[in-house]
Amino acid sequence: MGKLKTYTRRAFLISSAAIAGGVAFGYYAYKKPVENPLLNNLAEGEAALTPYVLITTDGITLITPRADKGQGAYSVQAALIAEELDVDLNTVAVSPGVPSAAYFNAAVAGEGFPFMATDESFAARQARGFGGVLAKLIGMQITGGSSTVPDAYEKLRVAGAVARETLKEAASQESGVPAGQLRTENGAVYLPDGTSLTYTALATTAASIEPVAEVVLKQPSEWRYLGKDMQRIDIVAKSTGTLKYGIDQTVDGMLHATVRTNPRIGGPMIGYDASIAETMRGVEKIVPINGGVGVIADNTWRAFQAANSIQFDWGPAPYPATTEEMWAQTSAAFSPEFQDSQFRADGDVDAAIGETTIEAEYRVPHLAHAALEPMNAIVLVTATRVDIWTGTQIPRFMQANVAKQTGVDHDDIHIHVEMMGGSFGRRLEDVYVAQAVELAMTVPGTPIKMTWSREEDMTHDFPRPMMMARGRGSINDGKIEGIDLGIAAPSIIENQLGRQGQWLPGPDTSIVAGAWDQPFAIPNYRVTGYRVPAMVPISSWRSVGASGNGFFHDCFLDELIHAAGADPVEERLRLCNDPTSRKVIEAAAEMSNWGSPLAQDQGRGIAFCLSFGVPVAEVIEVVHTDQGIRIDKAYVAANVGKIIDPINFDNLMKGGVIFGLGHAMNCELTYSDGMAEQDNFHAFEAMRLYQCPKIEVRGLELGDKVRGIGEPPVPPAAPALANAIFSATGQRIRELPLNKHINFV
Amino acid sequence: MQLSINRLTHEVDVEEDMPLLWVLRDELGITGPKYGCGIAQCGACTVHIDGLAVRSCSIAASDVQGNVTTIEGLGTPESLHAVQTAWIEHQVAQCGYCQSGQIMAAASFLDFNSNPTDDDIDYAMSANLCRCGTYPRIREAVKSAAAKLNGA
Repeated sequence: MGKLKTYTRRAFLISSAAIAGGVAFGYYAYKKPVENPLLNNLAEGEAALTPYVLITTDGITLITPRADKGQGAYSVQAALIAEELDVDLNTVAVSPGVPSAAYFNAAVAGEGFPFMATDESFAARQARGFGGVLAKLIGMQITGGSSTVPDAYEKLRVAGAVARETLKEAASQESGVPAGQLRTENGAVYLPDGTSLTYTALATTAASIEPVAEVVLKQPSEWRYLGKDMQRIDIVAKSTGTLKYGIDQTVDGMLHATVRTNPRIGGPMIGYDASIAETMRGVEKIVPINGGVGVIADNTWRAFQAANSIQFDWGPAPYPATTEEMWAQTSAAFSPEFQDSQFRADGDVDAAIGETTIEAEYRVPHLAHAALEPMNAIVLVTATRVDIWTGTQIPRFMQANVAKQTGVDHDDIHIHVEMMGGSFGRRLEDVYVAQAVELAMTVPGTPIKMTWSREEDMTHDFPRPMMMARGRGSINDGKIEGIDLGIAAPSIIENQLGRQGQWLPGPDTSIVAGAWDQPFAIPNYRVTGYRVPAMVPISSWRSVGASGNGFFHDCFLDELIHAAGADPVEERLRLCNDPTSRKVIEAAAEMSNWGSPLAQDQGRGIAFCLSFGVPVAEVIEVVHTDQGIRIDKAYVAANVGKIIDPINFDNLMKGGVIFGLGHAMNCELTYSDGMAEQDNFHAFEAMRLYQCPKIEVRGLELGDKVRGIGEPPVPPAAPALANAIFSATGQRIRELPLNKHINFV
Repeated sequence: MQLSINRLTHEVDVEEDMPLLWVLRDELGITGPKYGCGIAQCGACTVHIDGLAVRSCSIAASDVQGNVTTIEGLGTPESLHAVQTAWIEHQVAQCGYCQSGQIMAAASFLDFNSNPTDDDIDYAMSANLCRCGTYPRIREAVKSAAAKLNGA
């Protein structure tokens, strides 16, 4: 950090095009320009300085295209632009903008290739770059994979700097003072004599000149926002009930609706009897839809009540109908014909793991996303356009899908991205929108707000899949000598891409992510992924494959360390071959005062997982009480290169630990007769406040890569807890949720 | 039927068994109280009836006897309740969807127990679910709010 870099037009942004009444600051996708979506609706005197800055005579709008599902993405994106643009965050508007290929996400696809995050080889860099090109070309405007900050860190600062320098150039033209003698502050350009020209007043001139081609980013020491505690831009609204989530929006003339589809997901509806529903108060229309029925009414509750009164005849599930059958199918996939990958095969595992083998089998269950805001969308269909108000992580896919569904031209599908009440990956899917569109198409001109009941949401989730691991290991002379870990899981990425009409070329890295790519130099070390044939539809759940693999890999490592009689921290450090990861492990150990004496009924466990490029170590302390396990303390350390907002970092780290611990304690989706058996929070509770440990957080800022923190704290939480329970009780639990085997207070 | 909500009287024409939540949200456009579960498990819909925290998803409109206060009536961005001030100072929210309910639960609880212990806070606030995991900040914010309300 701290090195002055210049960014040239050729290398990064920007070309200009004259348009009526303004300037178009365009955007290059390699050699082919991608349109700047802000130019479509520009009025006289407005300037769109890059796709991220819009200045009109009324004010300044920063465009933050990565969706906010609670992780503070709008705030962090706005801060990156504002830092370089020199505007006060309290005086600008922030908008997610419109879906556009210009807002491609290079980081999310770039990490989909099988190179370890610590691998800086030429091939690894080439592959990540290729993923970036691919994302750009297909206009993958996705929010996910903890990629918002890595993708935006440089791009948005450059966008802010280009706009700032162009505004200075405009001020120079107006005042005759050379640009080099001008400075900017709080949305204005200042002349040497102290007079100022506001950005909004300069917009028209800025629109008439060539954009500045070369910019120099500020030094971190000059930063006003970045790296310092910030107030999230949504914090007052979220503390006063005034923030409108998608579910709170209204459109004039709107009706309410809900749907019921086959709880055997994807199964057919054979028949239904809505004769009672048709007579119920407020019911406007009963509409058969794909796989079920929608009810349009004048109130959401009336729609719920009417839907509850419908008698359905559901067809069978197009997948194994019970959890037991699914485990059997998963177990049977440990064979060469289902092998998906073997990205790691160090040393001679078969020779090393001989007679003294330690063997274990691990399992994790299906898990629901269960965002607290159930899926919902408002859709208005007319002959010439479709408007959709909803929270989504995939606005571009949604636009294409709705164009196909309605036959309305792609450019006339308008997605208004709303704030989300959580997601955890859930809103990477758009089936709920397709259902709302189906309903709205039957009442053209009438906006329909479709809301899923919690029960519909929980039973029609595309969950984190069940996963199974089989480990064999050997120890010698107090050290780990070999690990052979096989992991069987259905392919999340194949499943998700399939629903978007895409296919997955090659292996699914998520089957083994968080296991094959760990920075340990074990002499004989093999990780093999097996792809289980698709069962119930699945999708990405916060931390994706690493959510299960972190548990498998670290707990099995812990088993071997204990079998070797080694210290869990010392042996992990001995094996770790990544200096940054070592520092993270050392930090967690130091925070927890690792090695200090414990009472008889106490236990302490450490776990480590590197995911999404972020090494995270967690130490958990538990007490084994008469009522069960109580989690007392959690210490978590991570390296993200640069912490953009320390408060949000702290909040997301703690949230990730709690998310990981809560689901590890007591959550699973099980299936019977093809249907999820848990349909509301009484049966899928996760952590309650009284169970929450005291959590200490430490963020490291090592290296030159900047990473996101939404997902990485999740994978080490479950293994740290299981390892702590082993330490307290001697009981090695190899299956989640842990409460199948031990009680929690 | 008549309902007193945020110090205003509303005449609503709804079924006796329509839950208060849906009267507020879909009949009156008061969207601070959120729908999360519909079965009094998550607390996102929490409002006050005569100062007592109630799950509005699970009380029928006709059973409402008393003055209803939603988060909109507790305080506004221009005139915050002490609990809301504490929530902002501690930057509690992530997605924020549960926080209306958390704040209403905390405000009612502190009305009845102005000097809570850590255990009191844990006990009182455990009926409200947060999927993002903001519990450590909720604890701190409740303590700050208690201090503010006590004039500290």
